[in-house]
Amino acid sequence: MEKRVLFRSGWLPWVLLLPQLIIIGVFFFLPASQAILQSLQTEDAFGTSREFVGLDNFRRIFDDASYLASFKITALFSVLVAASGIALSLLLAIFADRIVRGAMVYKTLLILPYAVAPAIAGVLWIFLFSPSIGVVAYYLQKFGYTWNHLMNEGQAMSLIVIASVWKQISYNFLFFLAGLQSIPKALIEAASIDGAGPWRRFWSIQLPLLSPTTFFLLVINVVYAFFDTFGIIDSMTAGGPGQSTSILVYKVYQDGFKALDLGGSAAQSVVLMVIVVALTVVQFRYVEKKVQY
Amino acid sequence: MVDRRPWLSVLSHAVMILGVLIVAFPLYLAFVASTHTPDKIVQVPMPLLPGAHAWESYQAALFGSGKAGSTITVARMMWVSFVTAMVITVGKIAISLLSAFAIVYFRFPFKTLCFWAIFVTLMLPVEVRILPTYKVVADLGMLNSYAGLTLPLIASATATFLFRQFFLTVPDELVEAARIDGAGPMRFFKDVLVPLSRTSIAALFVIQFIYGWNQYLWPLLMTTSEDMYPVVIGIKRMLAGGEAANDWNVIMATAILAMLPPAVVVMLMQKWFVKGLVDTEK
Repeated sequence: MEKRVLFRSGWLPWVLLLPQLIIIGVFFFLPASQAILQSLQTEDAFGTSREFVGLDNFRRIFDDASYLASFKITALFSVLVAASGIALSLLLAIFADRIVRGAMVYKTLLILPYAVAPAIAGVLWIFLFSPSIGVVAYYLQKFGYTWNHLMNEGQAMSLIVIASVWKQISYNFLFFLAGLQSIPKALIEAASIDGAGPWRRFWSIQLPLLSPTTFFLLVINVVYAFFDTFGIIDSMTAGGPGQSTSILVYKVYQDGFKALDLGGSAAQSVVLMVIVVALTVVQFRYVEKKVQY
Repeated sequence: MVDRRPWLSVLSHAVMILGVLIVAFPLYLAFVASTHTPDKIVQVPMPLLPGAHAWESYQAALFGSGKAGSTITVARMMWVSFVTAMVITVGKIAISLLSAFAIVYFRFPFKTLCFWAIFVTLMLPVEVRILPTYKVVADLGMLNSYAGLTLPLIASATATFLFRQFFLTVPDELVEAARIDGAGPMRFFKDVLVPLSRTSIAALFVIQFIYGWNQYLWPLLMTTSEDMYPVVIGIKRMLAGGEAANDWNVIMATAILAMLPPAVVVMLMQKWFVKGLVDTEK
C-alpha cells in the first residue's frame, strides 16, 4: 500500500529513521548475527581463543539427551498451557457474553492477571502451593493428597502450567469475548426462531465462527508458553526437580549463563530463532486468510 | 439475549463468579498475607481474613532495610521499575512515530530494505538472543544502567507497525490541505498526524508500560548492583531465605506494591488497553 501524496526530501526521511535504525542495528542485528556466528564456533570460558567448528555445536546439542528432553518438556508444557488456557477462557467468555448486568465488573477482575509480572505470578502461586506453608498444599494434604512440587516432577509441571494459564487467561478471554460479540445477532436470532437452544447455537454457530479467533489464540499461546514464561519458571521451579521443567528458553539461559557453554547456548538460540520464525510465518499466513474470511 | 432463560442467567453468573473467585484468589491471599505478622503466616493453615499488621509490612517493605541481606528499599526498586517502564514506553513510541512517518510519507532509496529490516525485528523476542545481546551491552559499558535496561527492549518494531497501519488510513486530502496552507513535513507531523494518533498512542502506552514494568529475564542479566534492581527482580531475590525463613508478609506486601502500578494503568485505561491488545496483534 502506498500514499498518493508524498513529501519530497533527500535527507529528512533518513534523519527520521535514524534513531530506530541505530537501535535495531546495535541491539538487534549485531547480537542476532553474533548468535549465528557463535553457534559455529567454540570459545573457552575466558573468551581468549575461538575456533571455527562448523555445525559441531548443533550436532552436540542434538546428541545431548537433556536437550532433546527439553524439547519434549517444552512441547508438553505448551500444549497443556494452550489447550487448558483456551478451553477455560472460552468457557468464561461464553457465559460472560450472556451477561448484561455486571459484565463490566467480571471483565475488570478477569483482566487483572495480565498486569501481573510473570515472575510475581510465580511467587503468588508458590505461596499457595508451598509444601510447608501453602494453604492449598495444606488442604490437599488434609484430603490425603501429598503435594510436593520440589520432589514430584508431575506436580512441578502442573504448577507452572497453572500459573502460566492464570497469567494468560485475561488475554484469551478478551479475544474470545470480542470474537463472540462480533458475531451478528441476526444469526443467533434466526437459529433461535428455528428452535435451536443455547447449547445447539453454541456448537453450530458460535464455535465454528470463533474458529479464526481460536486458531489465532492457539499460535499466540504457544509463543507465549515458549518465550514469555521464563519468569514463572525461574521463580517457581528454576527448571527442577532435576531438569523436569526446564523448557528451551530456560535451558539457553542455564547453559549460557550458568554453565558458560557459549557455543552450545548460541546454537540453542539459533534453533529457537528458527522456531519463532516458523511460528510467525504460520501466524501471518493465517492473518492473510482471515482478511478473506 | 434472544431468549429468556432464567436458569441460564443464574448459571452464567454462577460460572463467572466462580471464575473470578479462582482468578482473584492468589491476589487476595497475597493481600491477606501482607496484613499479618510472619509468625502467623508460617503457622499452617494461615488465616484467610486480613489481619491488623498491614502498616508494619508495607512500611518494612517500602522503607525498611536489612531484608534478606539487602540494603535496598522497595521504594528505590519501584523507582527503578518506573523509570525503566517509562523510558521503554516513551522511547518506543517516539522513535516509532518518527520512523513510521518516514516510511509512509516519503519516497527515498532503500525504503523497502529499511521497511524489511524493521519488520524482521518483530520476529525475535529478546529471550531468544539474550547471550549475544548481553555481550553487546557489556561491551558498551551499559551494565547496571538505565540505558542497558531499556535500549535493547526498545529495539522492536511492534509500535512502528501499529503507527504505519494507522498512518495508511489517514486521508491523503489532509496532506494536500496542509501543503496548500504552506506547511512543511514536520509541521504536518506535529500539528496533524500526532494529534490524530492520540488513541493509538494511548493504547500503545498501556501495553508498553506493562511490558516494561514486568520485564524479568533482561534485568536479571543486566543488573548486578542492587541499587539498579527493578522491583520484580527484587522480589525474586527476597525469596532466597527458604520457605519458612522468609518474611512472607514483607514479600507479599512487595508483590502487592509491584502489581499496583500496572494494575492501575490497566483498570483506568481499560478501553485503550483492549484496543492496544487487539491492534498490536494485527
